[in-house]
Amino acid sequence: MIHQYKLGGYNIVLDICSGSIHVVDDVTYDLIGMFEANSREEAVKNLMDKYSGTEMGTKENIDECYDLILELKDNGKLFTEDNYKPMAGELKAKTSGIVKALCLHIAHTCNLNCEYCFASQGKYHGDRSLMSFEVGKRALDFLVENSGSRHNLEVDFFGGEPLMNFDVVKDLVKYARSIEKEHNKNFRFTLTTNGVLVDDDVIEFANKEMSNVVLSLDGRKEIHDRYRVDYAGNGSWEKIVPKFQKFVEARGNKNYYMRGTFTHANPDFVEDIKTMLDLGFTELSMEPVVCPDGDPSQLTEEDLPIVLEQYEKLAELMIERDKEGKPFTFYHYMIDLKGGPCIYKRISGCGSGTEYMAVTPWGDLYPCHQFVGDSKFCLGNIYEGVTNKEIQDEFACCNVYAHEECHDCWARLYCSGGCAANAYHSTGSVRGVYKYGCELFKKRMECAIMVAINREFGE
Amino acid sequence: MEHIKTVETRNLCESAKNGGCGECQTSCQSACKTSCGIANQQCENNNK
Repeated sequence: MIHQYKLGGYNIVLDICSGSIHVVDDVTYDLIGMFEANSREEAVKNLMDKYSGTEMGTKENIDECYDLILELKDNGKLFTEDNYKPMAGELKAKTSGIVKALCLHIAHTCNLNCEYCFASQGKYHGDRSLMSFEVGKRALDFLVENSGSRHNLEVDFFGGEPLMNFDVVKDLVKYARSIEKEHNKNFRFTLTTNGVLVDDDVIEFANKEMSNVVLSLDGRKEIHDRYRVDYAGNGSWEKIVPKFQKFVEARGNKNYYMRGTFTHANPDFVEDIKTMLDLGFTELSMEPVVCPDGDPSQLTEEDLPIVLEQYEKLAELMIERDKEGKPFTFYHYMIDLKGGPCIYKRISGCGSGTEYMAVTPWGDLYPCHQFVGDSKFCLGNIYEGVTNKEIQDEFACCNVYAHEECHDCWARLYCSGGCAANAYHSTGSVRGVYKYGCELFKKRMECAIMVAINREFGE
Repeated sequence: MEHIKTVETRNLCESAKNGGCGECQTSCQSACKTSCGIANQQCENNNK
């Protein structure tokens, strides 16, 4: 299968199943498009007509292009077939029972009252609650006990607002560090915060212990303050921006993301990206809102073309900034073409419910943070392990080939079937697909690959 | 321009040989948390 598109002045051809990417001239681009449905004679004649009177339109030139296409095909770099389906369940079967990442819901409470919060202001549709050290410690033990030979273990401190339970965060990190050597493990911690409680103590601790910090900022002040308000209704932008700037400056070269959410109120989110850049941040993520159907913040069909255009503008902005020597990172445009994921990873789907689980403040296990609060998805708990095998099996079988809509989608080996929670919330099944999200994802991939090509071949 | 310029990419067919170690990051863990993709992830296989 191939996918071809024109963007940023490039004619781009993706050979989906080999992972090959080609930049081609106009004639070759057209020939590739005609290759499977036409004979050589038909294709050559057609293009001689189309390009007649130009240098490109000679039979010799078109034949030369055709021969190059044949050569790529013979070398397994064009029109490669998808022979991966039998391998789809292998990785999850091989790693069955192994858990390598936990999202610790350290605080089901929040000091902001953001209307668009997928976690219902941090409470996940339940009561306010903080995780105790004992529950957190048991969760870390559960992770170590169930991680098999995995060396790298990921733990996210998530909420709600995790800094509302910061002492427990510190104690859990200390505990994890005390056991990692004897078990030959390496804990990688992440903290996601709204910034309200960031102070020197938090900065020092997080910059020492957190592999990554995710800092919530929606960009422009008026956009941020529309949703990200305290319980008195006051915007939080003025309060948190200086804290985040100090945090990031002190962080040096360690990873961080400024993570924004865009909604129906700001489908023109590139303006928010520019605000983040103006504030001195360079590691950026901007996510489409996840909210119940009919919510006022929900992105609409009318927003879709605007958002798609914004992704292209974002790619142009990245190229401009590259030229100016002021590059920045956009999470969804990060793509490592030479060293990205292997084919097993690409077809296995998201690890939610199998290698990745969320832990509630009282120790229940869920397939991921987005299922917390929906009790039918409760997998078990950190004391007895996974007891709801039926639900776990549903997630274990959830690979890229389990989604019917993905079979003929060119982006399937870049997204691996997408987010199970998005699929469930939009279709009622984790084997469905969130079509709106697919449109955004495909555009992001086209843009990400174009930016990568420009970094390789651009002037 | 040349008719075809090929970008250097990881050969996915070849990656089946030593792939599947499972050391890489879980899909949306540690970053976006609301939309999943795997294209932006790093391979962490030390034996590839």
